[in-house]
Amino acid sequence: MAHYTKRTKQELAQRVAQDIFDGAYVNLGIGQPTLVANYLPKDLEVVLHSENGILGMGPAPAAGDEDFDLINAGKQPVTLLAGGSYFHHADSFSMMRGGHIDISVLGAFQVSATGDLANWSTGEPDAIPAVGGAMDLAVGAQQTWVMMDLLTKDGKSKVVSQCSYPLTGIACVKRIYSDLATLACTPHGLKLIDLVDGLSMMELETLIGLPVQA
Amino acid sequence: MINKVANSIAQALARVKDGDTVLIGGFGTAGIPNELIDGLIEHGARDLTVVNNNAGNGDAGLAALLKTRRVRKIICSFPRQADSHVFDALYRSKQIELELVPQGNLAERLRAAGAGIGAFFTPTGFGTQLALNPDGSAKETRVINGKSYVLEFPIHGDVALVKAESGDRWGNLTYRKAARNFGPVMAAAAKHTVATVHDIVELGVLDPEHVVTPGIFVSQIVQIERVSTKAGGFKAATPA
Repeated sequence: MAHYTKRTKQELAQRVAQDIFDGAYVNLGIGQPTLVANYLPKDLEVVLHSENGILGMGPAPAAGDEDFDLINAGKQPVTLLAGGSYFHHADSFSMMRGGHIDISVLGAFQVSATGDLANWSTGEPDAIPAVGGAMDLAVGAQQTWVMMDLLTKDGKSKVVSQCSYPLTGIACVKRIYSDLATLACTPHGLKLIDLVDGLSMMELETLIGLPVQA
Repeated sequence: MINKVANSIAQALARVKDGDTVLIGGFGTAGIPNELIDGLIEHGARDLTVVNNNAGNGDAGLAALLKTRRVRKIICSFPRQADSHVFDALYRSKQIELELVPQGNLAERLRAAGAGIGAFFTPTGFGTQLALNPDGSAKETRVINGKSYVLEFPIHGDVALVKAESGDRWGNLTYRKAARNFGPVMAAAAKHTVATVHDIVELGVLDPEHVVTPGIFVSQIVQIERVSTKAGGFKAATPA
């Protein structure tokens, strides 16, 4: 019986939001990372980037006010904050690939201890491949953070020594924010940033099956 | 006198021919030139290579074009969608070729084509399956200042289909919000660029400071009704 409490999706989003600094240009990936926007401290100015050509993206509009020329990367209607701007796709990815975006937050299937990322394909032979902006988002930002459950549904660690799924990028993930712990990926392996209450380092290492430096 | 205003979509697309590479703008609901895609279906050109971020949704627009089986190959970043059943069926039965390109590489390969760049080294995709050629051989790579890059080549279009907002007879274009997306880079990357606009204005009306695609990149513009998007918010047919 587990004697620790996992972070809920909301708590995890809140934990990621805590580390985003005033003035940061941030890209939040499709899915779970989108939740982070709900927890950004109100006294900070954080500029959200959307790969389809938006800086200064605001929250979803009220029902009935949707404008389908103004959507996010997940193709959901959004709004534009005062000070926001629009630009074409090549400029948008220049912001990403050119290192102008401070933080990119992505979901993942697997992350290696040294920061290799697998998040675009499970490699199943009959699956239709789709990559979108994942590979650009992984390698371009000043810092790439991953947000995910530490374990798969059947209890296997998603943090691995080497990714078995097709790679999105090599040594590109700086930090893993998970429901059980926050970890840094370094050339020398994993380093602990924090643990949920009640979970010990030894238990964490057992769950992951890899050493974690304190 | 320069007059790039076409009287009809059929007139604007008359130059399209079998075997052409057609660049089609749009991302999600924004900036998809559906009227031009319908025109391309009517035109009947076959054996096309289509470049778009996606591979069609539902049964209209690009999906309808794919359904005609006149598209031999699609170059895109994200073909798989909840409602991409037309593409999915063609792909699974090997009736369409797919070149999957990371979205930023897609945009930059188009930009390079328009800018006359022979090829470029990009960090995106290095060390992944997408750094392989269709025959499985590795794309050329290089380490520059300690960082690894993949060599990528431009994507030239014979035709580009773009949805813009306003235009004039010189072909100058403005766009609306995130409907801009691939429009400007595709306009420059094709030999023959056709743009739909909602308003055709007199020369000098578009503020030169606000022109996004200068007319030099545009061959023809066609005025269309504003149906799918309206300033101030289009009402969703079915609330989410």
